[in-house]
Amino acid sequence: MTSGRAETYPLRRREVVARLVADRGELLVVGGLGAPSWDLTAAGDHPLTFPLWGAMGGAAMIGLGLALARPTRRVLVVTGDGEMLMGLGALATIAVQAPANLAVVVLDNERYGETGMQATHTAGPTNLGAVAAGAGFPVVGDIFDQAQLEAALPRIRAEPGPVFFNIKVRAEDLPLVLPPKDGVHLKDRFRAALLGPAAIE
Amino acid sequence: MNSGAAQDWPRDIFDALAALDVRQVAYVPDAGHTELLARCAAARAVRMVLLTTEEEGIALLAGAWLGGERGVLLMQSSGIGNCLNMFSLARVCRFPLLVLVTMRGEAGEFNPWQLPMGRNAGELLRLAGVRVTRVDEAEQVGPAVAAAGRTAFAEPAGAAVLIAQRLVGVKSFDG
Repeated sequence: MTSGRAETYPLRRREVVARLVADRGELLVVGGLGAPSWDLTAAGDHPLTFPLWGAMGGAAMIGLGLALARPTRRVLVVTGDGEMLMGLGALATIAVQAPANLAVVVLDNERYGETGMQATHTAGPTNLGAVAAGAGFPVVGDIFDQAQLEAALPRIRAEPGPVFFNIKVRAEDLPLVLPPKDGVHLKDRFRAALLGPAAIE
Repeated sequence: MNSGAAQDWPRDIFDALAALDVRQVAYVPDAGHTELLARCAAARAVRMVLLTTEEEGIALLAGAWLGGERGVLLMQSSGIGNCLNMFSLARVCRFPLLVLVTMRGEAGEFNPWQLPMGRNAGELLRLAGVRVTRVDEAEQVGPAVAAAGRTAFAEPAGAAVLIAQRLVGVKSFDG
């Protein structure tokens, strides 16, 4: 494992994600490939969470398509730094579309977690919040501690966006808590919960 | 230069997409799609989503379908290569994916860098599990898009229509 500052970050990803989806109400959630989807599952598997087992670089764009289709529902994308780095162009595409109901949150542990905790660019000079701001996101923030997280939670859930928060979380290996793996099932349960049973007939 | 001028196939595509109730039009610009894109942009019910790379469109349209909307992805043939891993999302989850491809790298192409994807776009789509229909005549375009769309949204699955370069016109830098 790469050693570095991320091993000492105070925020723990499982606790952060549990707070992000607590009392989720009508929230629609997309989980990026890898640990963010396992974190969401640890917080409670839910039909209106779409956890990705692949499609690396696509989480934010899935959130955009969903947010445009359902403009009255809040959409939250929870992904990782490696996944976000693979699709940075999506930040510009989202900023141009400017969906007020979309929030993208990156759990930034500065590591590729699924492949052995190798350093990502955010372990070096790359700042994803600055990238999002440069792409044109109107609401951007960096979170390093619990107080900042608590202040950001209502903004993530309700502030007109698109909203982007980069949350520095501790680099740590955690037990896998896996969602269902069958993509058709994940899609159908989401559509049935959101659109009604006729959507999957 | 444009042998299909007698048949307004971009209008036929637009009519087919409207009949399919397509609401999100994801695209990387191509000269061959200029008229279609202009028609879509003028339609009130359609959201135009300009992409930085074609694979974004596959993820976008997956999200649209999760939210109950239909979409289409427009690109030129070089864009197929940018999509390959993301096609897995549509295939594994059985998302509908309607892709309209204007071909480059065919007869008369002046740019040799277009040739590899021009030659391989159809086969790559098939390998990715996307049903492929190729159209060489202007009057075939509209019916092909309508049929591909019906299948894509009903199955649901991936369906692509490849529009021959001779219908689009052959680009050159020397007029």
